[in-house]
Amino acid sequence: MATSEEPLALESGQADIAERPLGVMTRPQGGNGWRDWLSSVDHKKIGIMYGIAAMFFFVVGGIEALLLRTQLAFPEQGFLSPQLYNELFTMHGVTMVFLFIMPLAAAFANYLIPLQIGARDVAFPRLNALSFWTWVSGAIFLNSSWLVGGGGADCGWFCYSPNSGITFSPTHGVDFYAIGLLIAGIASLVSAVNLIVTVLNMRAPGMSLFRMPVLTWMLLVTQFLLAFALPVITVALFLLIFDRVFDSQFFDPEAGADPLLWQHLFWIFGHPEVYIIILPSFGIISEIIPTFSRKPIFGYSFMVFSGIAIGFMGWGVWAHHMFVSGIGPISVLAFSLSTMFIAVPTGVKVLNWLATMWGGKLRFTAPMLFAVGTVAMFTIGGLSGVTHSLAPADTQQTDTYYIVAHFHYVIFGGGVLGLMGGAYFWWPKVFGYMLNETRGKIHFWMMLVGFNLTFGPMHVLGLQGMSRRIDTYSEGFGFDFWNLVATLGSYVIAISVAYFFYNTVVSRKEAVDLPPPGPDPWDARSLEWMLPSPTPEHNFDVIPTIESQDEWWHRKYGYDEDHNVIRIATIEEVAQKGDAVGVHLPSPSFWPLVLAVGMPLIGYGIIFNLWLCVLGGLLTGGAIFAWVLEPVDDPDAGHGHDGDHSDHSDDDDDGDAVAVGADDSAGGA
Amino acid sequence: MSDTAAVEHADDHAHDHPSDGEYIKIALILGAITGVEVFTYFESVLNWGAFLIPSLMVMMVVKFWLVARIFMHLKADGPILSRLFGGGIVLAVVVYIITLLVFNFF
Amino acid sequence: MSTDTATADTHTEHDPHATNTGISNNKLAMWLFLGTECLLFGGLISTYLLYKTRGNGKTLPTDIFDIPFTSVSSFVLLMSSLTMVLALSSLQRGDVERSRGWLLTTAMLGSVFIGGQVYEFTSFYREGIGYTTNPASSAFFTLTGFHGIHVSLGILMLMSLVVASVQGRLKPQNAETVEIIGLYWHFVDIVWIFIFTVIYLIPAE
Repeated sequence: MATSEEPLALESGQADIAERPLGVMTRPQGGNGWRDWLSSVDHKKIGIMYGIAAMFFFVVGGIEALLLRTQLAFPEQGFLSPQLYNELFTMHGVTMVFLFIMPLAAAFANYLIPLQIGARDVAFPRLNALSFWTWVSGAIFLNSSWLVGGGGADCGWFCYSPNSGITFSPTHGVDFYAIGLLIAGIASLVSAVNLIVTVLNMRAPGMSLFRMPVLTWMLLVTQFLLAFALPVITVALFLLIFDRVFDSQFFDPEAGADPLLWQHLFWIFGHPEVYIIILPSFGIISEIIPTFSRKPIFGYSFMVFSGIAIGFMGWGVWAHHMFVSGIGPISVLAFSLSTMFIAVPTGVKVLNWLATMWGGKLRFTAPMLFAVGTVAMFTIGGLSGVTHSLAPADTQQTDTYYIVAHFHYVIFGGGVLGLMGGAYFWWPKVFGYMLNETRGKIHFWMMLVGFNLTFGPMHVLGLQGMSRRIDTYSEGFGFDFWNLVATLGSYVIAISVAYFFYNTVVSRKEAVDLPPPGPDPWDARSLEWMLPSPTPEHNFDVIPTIESQDEWWHRKYGYDEDHNVIRIATIEEVAQKGDAVGVHLPSPSFWPLVLAVGMPLIGYGIIFNLWLCVLGGLLTGGAIFAWVLEPVDDPDAGHGHDGDHSDHSDDDDDGDAVAVGADDSAGGA
Repeated sequence: MSDTAAVEHADDHAHDHPSDGEYIKIALILGAITGVEVFTYFESVLNWGAFLIPSLMVMMVVKFWLVARIFMHLKADGPILSRLFGGGIVLAVVVYIITLLVFNFF
Repeated sequence: MSTDTATADTHTEHDPHATNTGISNNKLAMWLFLGTECLLFGGLISTYLLYKTRGNGKTLPTDIFDIPFTSVSSFVLLMSSLTMVLALSSLQRGDVERSRGWLLTTAMLGSVFIGGQVYEFTSFYREGIGYTTNPASSAFFTLTGFHGIHVSLGILMLMSLVVASVQGRLKPQNAETVEIIGLYWHFVDIVWIFIFTVIYLIPAE
């Protein structure tokens, strides 16, 4: 039976065809070995891999930060040379933004979006795997610059020209930066298209857009931002690479070029990027706060529309990063005004979270603490942001530690705390055991205290005139005390992160002796909580039909005559059992991995030897063709319509197998 | 989906497709517009004066519109596709015009 | 609760009628991708517009444009959109051989366009404008180069369809694949419509 989507693919069911994948490319039949993970197209496995890799890079970026902070603990320290210092703060920023926080958000997006909309997977499962492996390739490529590139990139994460050119950055660090981000950008763009199509096209019956959880909405807006912003930085990075490798004339002032072109292109991406960073966290806490207030989110429509508004308005403010770059008073005024306005939708969200909590039955579990901490810390960061919007004030603030304080409050205080809360909240769903509550609370308080000790003083340092991006400072400026405090705070953050890892390991050991969490340990509101923990591979036994927002909540609770909330069903009655068999899932594939490996080869080729480009191109191009020719459904898999020998007398009218009892399928996808 | 079902399905859509003749007509119009555009190059620019650039832009938009609406079938397809593509175009135009304005390009 | 749909099949999305929007996943994805490409080409076009008069004392592309030549290659690309849509309509009608012919023609016309670009680039080089000559030339060649790469990838996809057709694997029920590659092809043509007007025809100030 030919599939209409894959005309070039060999027809499923033809087992004796001439073209067969090489032995090593034979697709696994289900299991949990390393080959299953490498070839998995399951959104849940991919989400987990994103999460683990992101936490690894959190540590990498954190070590880079600790080195910086150690140097700055005392004046006039020089164990890091100025060059190395530049490389460390550049790579710290690049790692934290592109290799930690974005992929951690992607972990949540990949794992949860199909579950929250009632789907079995994303629209394009193999592309989903491609996104992950491409991102990993890009991440490794970028960091290989430390080993083979003559050091990390040294131009700052924003990499302004002409600093980024060959003259002032002669090592290959910037080349690795540009190409590494191009590769990672492809990953995110593909993923964005995938998730947008998933949300628009694959919602369960009755799941209108305005019945989707706020998290799914915020992630949807994030994907649109990614899709439209990444091409802009793609242009910038190509122009940079062409200048460095092929001697084009895009950023050389002596040739008549304008270095500001880079700044515009970078920040047209860069500002939507910060909303890409924060919206997933906003979505996460919009799930946590209602759950632990036992109230629905206050002002669902306002939450959705303010998220959409942020998505639109975020495109109109980018040059507030350029107030002192000489763009002239009219441009400065225009962007100053637009920046002031963008505080409004975010303010709406903060009010809605607080209103959700107001009058609710609050439970301050670990996830709730992180969520409330997010609101508080983001508000502080947002307030300093408002002060930046006033261009005359920003003229003093820019390039000082006051700015460093602002963005760490919003990114770390707002973004990271929210993601940590999400980790605690969904941990049982993903892994089948709870993270220990007491240790979670200790983690929270340690992280909160360490974070505020690190970044709070930076407001003061900045207003006192301490420049950012300097490798040391002289005695006698009065910067000493708060720098030391900040450094000590950074060590506390490091300990809190280590403690989190410790918690994950020990909680797992302890879980053996504890009752399993079951589908819904938190008494939550959205669809993923109606499934067993950990989530079965096929997600839903039966795709639910949706009748309201917070569908899962309404299956557990109703109202009596006096409009009080009453329980109408136990979890056992309404949760799904996870025992459906014969569910047709997309087959795994190794080609996404192979394709992804080709890209860094092309990258190394551009930098070192064009023959590597040929090799990488063949690998990538060959993998594309092999992918297109590979049947979507593995003909060797013994399940589904092709190898299905089961009794169809129970099938419903559409011929779909009703999930009853066992059939003789060989194994899962 | 069986073969016959698919071909029937294709036949259903044939009713909202333009015919080949209509496609050829559109192509001739596109060719004619291109001819006019090229003509502006050969005629002295002074004849067109301030009208030149707006005329070229209008002709460009008309050609784009014909290809997008008819060749790419947006006219017959659901509005979501026009919104996705149109959204990208509008965003690009707005963002880049603002950038050029900041550069005092106009 | 009792109205939950028993759907054990993940492939319902292959049937366009099973998607929430009524449009297949593939088609929706391609249109979204084309929307994002507007941001890419917009950036390259804007870079050229910003730099088009910055010659650093050397020749500018606007000095040596050969409009008659470029008009012919523009016309060729425009007509390739026609042949593309004829390829689709003939396949939808069930005429596999005719669609193969139109696909091949589209690829040929695209190749003529690329040939024209190569000729234009090499003659520019001979007239003193190379990739690294000045900001204007770098911007011009990067913009038209990216467009040319997009066209070339399109030709590759079209030829893959031709090969599949020869092997009997491109049937009327695969018309949507041809449609989707056609969308990409028309987009590449649209980008050239913009480039031809904005870069070539609008006179240098």
